[in-house]
Amino acid sequence: MSAARRRAAGRSGHPALADEAVRRRLGKRYARERRFRWTCRIAVALALVFLAVLFVDVVGKGWSAFLSAEVRLEVDFDPEVLAPAGAALDPDALAFADLDALWRGPLLERFSEAADDRGARRALVSLVSDGARYRLQEMIADDPSLVGTRRTLWLLADADVDQLLKGRGADAEAVAAGEGRLSERQVGWVEELREAGDLRLGFNRRFFTNGDSREPELAGILGAALGSAYTLLITLAICLPLGVATAVYLEELAPENRWTDLIEVNINNLAAVPSIVFGLLGLAVFLNFFGLPRSAPLVGGLVLSLMTLPTIIIAARVALRTVPPSIREAAYGLGATPLQVIQHHVLPLSLPGILTGTILGMARALGETAPLLMIGMVAFIVDVPSTPLDPATALPVQIFLWADSPERAFVEKTSGAILVLLAFLILMNASAVWLRRRTERRW
Amino acid sequence: MTSLALVAAVLLVAAAGHLLGRRRAVAFRAAGARLHSLPAHYGAYVGLWSAVPALVALALGAFAAGRLAGRWAAPALAAVVLALSVGGLLWARHRVRPGMPAIRKVEGTVRAFLLLGSLVAILTTVGIVLSLVFEAIRFFGRVPVTELLFGLEWSPQTALRADQVGSSGSFGAVPLFVGTLLISGIAMAVAVPIGLLSAIYLAEYAAPRVRNALKPLLEVLAGIPTVVYGFFAALTVAPAIRRWGEAVGLDVASESALAAGAVMGIMIVPFVSSLSDDVITAIPRGLREASYGLGATQSETIRRVVLPAALPGIVGGILLAVSRAIGETMIVVMAAGLAANLTLNPLEAVTTVTVQIVTLLVGDQEFDSAKTLSAFALALVLFLVTLAFNVIALQVVRRYREQYE
Repeated sequence: MSAARRRAAGRSGHPALADEAVRRRLGKRYARERRFRWTCRIAVALALVFLAVLFVDVVGKGWSAFLSAEVRLEVDFDPEVLAPAGAALDPDALAFADLDALWRGPLLERFSEAADDRGARRALVSLVSDGARYRLQEMIADDPSLVGTRRTLWLLADADVDQLLKGRGADAEAVAAGEGRLSERQVGWVEELREAGDLRLGFNRRFFTNGDSREPELAGILGAALGSAYTLLITLAICLPLGVATAVYLEELAPENRWTDLIEVNINNLAAVPSIVFGLLGLAVFLNFFGLPRSAPLVGGLVLSLMTLPTIIIAARVALRTVPPSIREAAYGLGATPLQVIQHHVLPLSLPGILTGTILGMARALGETAPLLMIGMVAFIVDVPSTPLDPATALPVQIFLWADSPERAFVEKTSGAILVLLAFLILMNASAVWLRRRTERRW
Repeated sequence: MTSLALVAAVLLVAAAGHLLGRRRAVAFRAAGARLHSLPAHYGAYVGLWSAVPALVALALGAFAAGRLAGRWAAPALAAVVLALSVGGLLWARHRVRPGMPAIRKVEGTVRAFLLLGSLVAILTTVGIVLSLVFEAIRFFGRVPVTELLFGLEWSPQTALRADQVGSSGSFGAVPLFVGTLLISGIAMAVAVPIGLLSAIYLAEYAAPRVRNALKPLLEVLAGIPTVVYGFFAALTVAPAIRRWGEAVGLDVASESALAAGAVMGIMIVPFVSSLSDDVITAIPRGLREASYGLGATQSETIRRVVLPAALPGIVGGILLAVSRAIGETMIVVMAAGLAANLTLNPLEAVTTVTVQIVTLLVGDQEFDSAKTLSAFALALVLFLVTLAFNVIALQVVRRYREQYE
């Protein structure tokens, strides 16, 4: 400290005191700095904790959708039941035969105490799913030599048994109070079957191969997944060419004038229009004006492509802009026309970027629900669609429909479908990231 | 299906035309003539002539056939289309001459297509505006605009018989607007602090490795479909809030605005954070260094220098986020209520504009009832409000960008 400053400090007070005040203030400022830093950290942590809770919650509710309860029963392929009085065993007759009787008989023999009482009989029989008969029908159609034999088979159990086995059914108190979906007696039978080793959780193939169903144990996502696939294919077929055309026009060919400006502003605004408005557009234009079929993936694809188009245009323009001007100039120097420059040089070089943007746009379209509700892709549809013109739902809409269902067993199905949807989304996003990493180049 | 077959046939003819045109050009060259363009351009020229007129005719014809269906419509259309295709091929092939500037014609056509493609975006906007305005005008023919915008009661159920009580229904949308604002307000109260502070952390404090790991994780929140958030809000968050409310003696509705708003807020967090992050990192280093040079701590620099400088951009981002919150549909459809309830209490169930649009339009509709048409009027209001937010936000962001470029 110079003499002059020491003198100045002496005049205004004790130098140590000034230091003290500064130090105290500095301590406060540093404390505030630490507090601020922690607040920021907590904010990030909150968002991530929420993400983790969401995933844990969905996985916790949904993993069991991939398993289903099966019960081992003896099945008596009795020719008398299948085709009374020696009638021919053709598929038509089979559809009308009382196939449930094949396993009902042996089951009632086993739990003979239920056989006399009508109510008890019905309660016992309801432990096995309605799907059992379709399985038996298929088996007989595949192998008619089964008729007349007695087999032990694993048949699909009812959803309530399934939930009980997974520990998601009502607890013991509720059962005792008669509030559960299963009566105390039914729970007793289930326990008996479980102790005998005749009840197991197997892989739920039907979840991936069936369409929707009112019976939770038979409901599957194949119909919705195919509906989503058709919708996405149509979206892709429309979006990619149109998006690239628009991006190329705006980025490479268009003169800079009011008109191009208008298109640009328009695209930016379209990107932020609520998705449900696109649904209303589809309803008013595609369904009411053009008279296209309701609930069809074709219309869904059209609506989603209008919605995704701005995203793809913006991504494609960014990709086109990363191609350095020197490439274009070199091509022009060799006498190429503007379109030759684009076709032979600019587009191939920006293709990875365009594809990355397209995949991300498709991922968004896959998760979109609201516009599809507006064009009627929200009906209960059992059949698996075979063309884009058949009525169908989409995966997210199926989730919405199941989430609305009051039956508890559908909660598990909903979460299972969410897991499948998230798996597809993760796959698409990961491939976009992979593509970007692999093809990234610095000029 | 027949039109698909026709398209395939036309494309086959076009492919043949491409080959023929090319071969003719090559033959000219072999005979010693000097071609104006490459043989491939002559091929493309013939191909375009065989495909474009025929496909245009097919599109027009298919549209007309939908209106005036007759027994002869389909075969006649097929004949016209195929004749146009083959005729176009022959005529164009005839025009292939060594001096013909095929490349200019082909490129002109391609250019026209690119321009047409870029018009689809404009057409979409026009389509949205027209379809909404058209149906909304029909609605306002029955119910005055002022009732929709200022009426306090919403019960769109129109009775089947004229003599039933409340047969006209009432279309005062104020409860919906208030509900929408309430839920969006809760969402922003969650999203803005978390998003902004996360952005500050990522842009200013986090080490590059941490940033690279955390940023994609936050973006995952934006990639989750809204129907998943809706499921989570309805089945996990809402019951949890209800239980907590009961524990402290509060009466919470099972479809409380709080649950839907909070989950929507989390959904918007990455939106706010990534936009703010971009803006904050765009602030020149010099401003920060000047502040450090004056002895400011990092947080003082952020609060007194960086944030004020970034404010316009951040506000723009928040406006975009608000418009997204207002237009968000699935979360509120699944987790918010259906009954119009004019309240500002976040623990009660409210309904929103988007929820009402969905409930009015899902299922069978008749397009002559005020009930169905009111959905379009609501959507028009929604569209205009979000559009206003977007335009303002884009203006703010754009002006701000120019400032530092």
